[in-house]
Amino acid sequence: MELKEKLISSFLAFENEVDLDSRVHDVRSEAIKVFENEGFPSKKDEAWKYTSLNSVLKHDYSVFPKHEKNVEYNDVKKYFIHEIDSYKIVFIDGKYSSHLSETTHDGIDVCLMSSALNKPKYQLIIDNYFNKIATKDSLSSLNTAFSREGAYIQIPKNKMVDKPIQIIHFSTGNEAALMNQPRNLIVVNENSHVQIIERHQSLTDNPVLTNSVTEIFANKRAIVDYYKIQNDNQNASLIDSTFINQKQESFCSVHTFSFGGKLTRNNLEFYQNGERIDSTMKGVTIIGNKQHVDHNTLVHHIEPNCESHQDYKGIYDDSSTGVFNGKVLVNKEAQKTNAFQANNNILVSDKASINTKPQLEIFADDVKCSHGCTIGQLDESALFYMQSRGIPKKEAKALLMYAFSNNVLSSVKIPEIKQRINKIIAAKLGVNIGFDL
Amino acid sequence: MLKIKNLHASVEDKAILRGINLEINPGEVHAIMGPNGSGKSTLASVIAGKEEYEVTDGEILLFDEDIDELGPDERAHKGVFLSFQYPVEIPGVSVTNFIKTAINETRKAKGLEDMPANEMLKLIREKAELLEIDRKFLSRSLNEGFSGGEKKRNEIFQMAMLEPKVAILDETDSGLDIDALRIVANGVNKLKTKDNAVIVITHYQRLLDYIVPDFVHVIHEGRIVKSGGKELALELEEKGYDWIKEKANA
Repeated sequence: MELKEKLISSFLAFENEVDLDSRVHDVRSEAIKVFENEGFPSKKDEAWKYTSLNSVLKHDYSVFPKHEKNVEYNDVKKYFIHEIDSYKIVFIDGKYSSHLSETTHDGIDVCLMSSALNKPKYQLIIDNYFNKIATKDSLSSLNTAFSREGAYIQIPKNKMVDKPIQIIHFSTGNEAALMNQPRNLIVVNENSHVQIIERHQSLTDNPVLTNSVTEIFANKRAIVDYYKIQNDNQNASLIDSTFINQKQESFCSVHTFSFGGKLTRNNLEFYQNGERIDSTMKGVTIIGNKQHVDHNTLVHHIEPNCESHQDYKGIYDDSSTGVFNGKVLVNKEAQKTNAFQANNNILVSDKASINTKPQLEIFADDVKCSHGCTIGQLDESALFYMQSRGIPKKEAKALLMYAFSNNVLSSVKIPEIKQRINKIIAAKLGVNIGFDL
Repeated sequence: MLKIKNLHASVEDKAILRGINLEINPGEVHAIMGPNGSGKSTLASVIAGKEEYEVTDGEILLFDEDIDELGPDERAHKGVFLSFQYPVEIPGVSVTNFIKTAINETRKAKGLEDMPANEMLKLIREKAELLEIDRKFLSRSLNEGFSGGEKKRNEIFQMAMLEPKVAILDETDSGLDIDALRIVANGVNKLKTKDNAVIVITHYQRLLDYIVPDFVHVIHEGRIVKSGGKELALELEEKGYDWIKEKANA
């Protein structure tokens, strides 16, 4: 059976299992219809022109894993940013793991989507925020239809969250092939500040497909810093859709570090519903073999006096392929918008490729919008210069690549994340240089 | 220490060096002069091991070892240093981080541990002082936005840090005003010992007033056509290169 048919037929069982009286029952039913009509996107869709899901969809994924498998903290510690104290929301094969997690209801809610969807006290939040900003495209709709578990974070007014929150999804390989559909909802109220780290990690080489949707609401003057660490195994694929709704004077940043996985698609959309908003999205992609990473971004400038900053760096080796599609939309009313976009790429091998496409639609007449894409190779003269000072070629290359991604890392506010990313980059490049940016 | 025998080298099948012979002993300063396009910078790059240049004949011996098969980094580990005519800008890597990496990679190649941080700091301070480099300069991105003088001072600073056996200064005087020239030359002179050697590549006598050579060689069309003492440089300054070319072509 094709995956699409399997999912549609599974939906009935799913609805029965999670309660037909659920408040989001109608939302789910609507969503599955959208998926049923549209199916998985293909290369015929403009937004998927350079990313084919064919090789990912061919597996016979388990949609509801039956067996539970325990995971010990020591075995997976390395996937946490364990050097820092943090709240943790951890899932194993899609199911919440209480013994690996550290949630809280003390002044803030750092807990589970399943609670938020089912407990009456969260009803108002769900009514106001759930599925309100997510695009109604087929993959997000598929996630909405099956949304049951994920992280639910609610920060009331005037709260500086004392430590970062880590959301980690492990897949154990207990199933021959697993499909995960986590759904996160994050509501940050006025003047509050939160830092979130998200990771998807499979523990074996069994195929995993994750179709994740995250909705983030940043109210007035809220600050949200979100870090996505994508360094999964070679048979794990991720479709990550993150939608951010910002109110006036809020500041949101998303850093996406893409190093692993078979196929990764990042849909990242910012909607600026207020004045003097700042949206920042940065990415470092370093891949090789036949890996594929696709960054698809949108910033919608709706009101005046807002800023957006996009800076994506990519390094592609072997036969890897990359896509950057960055759309900046400036409404007629959004005067004095300041939008900046840059996408710089290095192709290390002759077989690697990148398709990059800035897309600016500007309807206001008093704005500053800039964009720039570059595709190049490592500078041979710089390599010779470094070698002539005793730095071996491999290390010299690594140093150049570090330097290339430097300004993306410089805006990371948690030093332990920066260190971790540096370590992953060093491992990725097969070098060990005590070089700290 | 460095022996160059009948060296022929070409780039993209174009022969540039056509039989260079040169012997350099510890404690010596050699000046290599010659008109534009004569092969001076090519010789420097070939000794340092630039891959684009192919050695088609002859050999380069360093401490009696043929270094033809060695990469530029391995030659550096054995004590070769090239001060670039046009130092390359490397945004995102500070002067300090770069030199630390260079020192520690060189130590690693020799089987030594990384230099302890406090020792490194002390060394950096000492050598920066020698080249009259201030501390702010050290945290800037390597060569990015440096003036001509800053670039060359930074080259000699790196030389001071790495303490090479054979230092090749490729037109280190170009782009320098008289003050920077004095600082750079003074730095080189202070680094000079009886165990190391310097090869100064230049068009002009000017630098040789400060770094006084024991030998002067004139390259023309890829060959050394005349060698002499420091007075040869003065003669060239006075008469130009035409008489050398005529003599060589006769």
